[in-house]
Amino acid sequence: MSRPLLELRNVSMSFGGMRVNDDISFSIGKGERVALIGPNGAGKTTLVNVISGDLTPSQGAVHLAGVDVTALPISDRVDAGLIRTFQITRLFKSLTVAQNVALAVMQRKGLTRSMFSCPMDRPDVRREWERALGTLGIAHLADRQVSQLAYGQQRLLDLAIGLALEPKVLLLDEPAAGVPSEESSKIIEAIDRLPSDIAVLMIEHDMDLVFKFARRVLVLANGKLIFQGDPAEVTHHQEVRRAYLGSYADARHAS
Amino acid sequence: MTDRAMVDGVSPPRFSVPLELRAVAITLALGVLGYTLFPDDLAFLTRLISITLLVLSLDLVTGYCGVATLGHAAIYGVSAYVVGNACLAGHSDPLLLLLVGAVAGAVMGLVSGVLVTRFKGLPQLVLSIAVGQLVAALANKLSSLTGGSDGLSGISPGRVFGVYAFDMYGRTGYVFSVAVLMVVFVVLLRIVHSPFGLLCQAIKDDSLRARMIGARVYPRLVLMYGVSGVVGGIGGALNAINTGVVGLDSIGFERSAEALVMLVLGGAGSLWGALIGSIVFQVFEHYVSAANPFHWMTMVGALLIAVVLFAPKGLVSLGGLLAGRTASVMRRRP
Repeated sequence: MSRPLLELRNVSMSFGGMRVNDDISFSIGKGERVALIGPNGAGKTTLVNVISGDLTPSQGAVHLAGVDVTALPISDRVDAGLIRTFQITRLFKSLTVAQNVALAVMQRKGLTRSMFSCPMDRPDVRREWERALGTLGIAHLADRQVSQLAYGQQRLLDLAIGLALEPKVLLLDEPAAGVPSEESSKIIEAIDRLPSDIAVLMIEHDMDLVFKFARRVLVLANGKLIFQGDPAEVTHHQEVRRAYLGSYADARHAS
Repeated sequence: MTDRAMVDGVSPPRFSVPLELRAVAITLALGVLGYTLFPDDLAFLTRLISITLLVLSLDLVTGYCGVATLGHAAIYGVSAYVVGNACLAGHSDPLLLLLVGAVAGAVMGLVSGVLVTRFKGLPQLVLSIAVGQLVAALANKLSSLTGGSDGLSGISPGRVFGVYAFDMYGRTGYVFSVAVLMVVFVVLLRIVHSPFGLLCQAIKDDSLRARMIGARVYPRLVLMYGVSGVVGGIGGALNAINTGVVGLDSIGFERSAEALVMLVLGGAGSLWGALIGSIVFQVFEHYVSAANPFHWMTMVGALLIAVVLFAPKGLVSLGGLLAGRTASVMRRRP
């Protein structure tokens, strides 16, 4: 088997006396689609923060394509292709939609040192940010200020920025949460069309989306990884059902 | 499209040649207007331009990068003193002195940036004040270099291009200052619309998100501080060149605070805002302090309260609103 793109080795994260992630190990290979589920407060977002480099784990290590990145700053991980989106959108509000995505493109291409030229309209740069906006169906909003966008459109833009960075490993933190159905279908389409060789880890509450998207499911409860495996098996797993799925699993069984 | 969309649509012009030309035309027009309105008070106008450069410089770090500072006059003052000393040492070519000021400002800016942008929020603000106070105290103590509380005097720059002498009416000084302001303004417009400028604004908006697109936040901020230092340094140099004296007032806390007030008045995060704010504040101060020497500060205070209440994003936002209204009225006409 080839080396996994993302690997967590015995990662624990504590705040004060509180252990939010407890001895978590898993790996995700090239092209895998993995969902991370768990009840509120299970430590899912904390885990994404640890992987992306916003938090340094109290113990354990994060490996990216075989390289230990635990001590590396966020920006180095981004350069290595580890990209995330946010559960609550974080965008550059004083810039336009196009500038938000173009900045990501220019940062990836190492053009943000440029002080006097404006490569945003350079054909190769323009093609890329237009494509990222087009993929999510928001190309017509390119010249809008971010503050003028509806929430659903902001979520699409957040994902567009992620795509423009050409991820190798993409962490999606509840990409469709709070998004009206029209836009969530665009998000799901975009996730479906992601290049097949990248690894995707998605936190999601919407179980229909999880079953549709994931080939493998990780379940986090009270900071511990209590299950990882086939989505079809997850509903049969007693501990998972107790911890999380509850009525949903029963409903699926009944049907 | 609604009026609001119009206004917002106008505010972030993407860089283009017409924008540069507009900036040249507007600064030239303002220069001519100033000369027409205050033909006998060019000294006031040259001082105004010098301070405007300080406010522009502050805008780069505060308006574009979101760095809170109340010590920015340190850059301006140090550069003025360095230029003064360079001139007294016999290097009197005005362009050379500008360069000296720019370099001194850049060094001072980088040093301040390295210290101040390490922190955020209140610690950052307090640290900026500390840096400013430290520099001001040094200026007071090192009287062999600064003249202490008497100031540095007898600075007499040579001719511009070896031809135009600084005359007693201040005409050369004024034209020189307008030209410098114009060039600086145009260059800054380019910089704030460059990827580097956009990235700084992105860092101001959300520094974690900026990191998550791969940005190295700290070096960017320090670099912008350096650019800001160049601009503030040129302002300080103009001050020394035009007035021939450099005093402790050009380095102190009050100068820093006043610059911040001008920036907020005009609108932080916009070069036009910095320009408008410093002009309106200083012209207002000039008139009102002459009309009522005892209560002028009260009136300046009242103006500020009015602006903060009715145009919290500064006077420049009123300009945008006006432009939007005019445009929509024009379009409605048959």
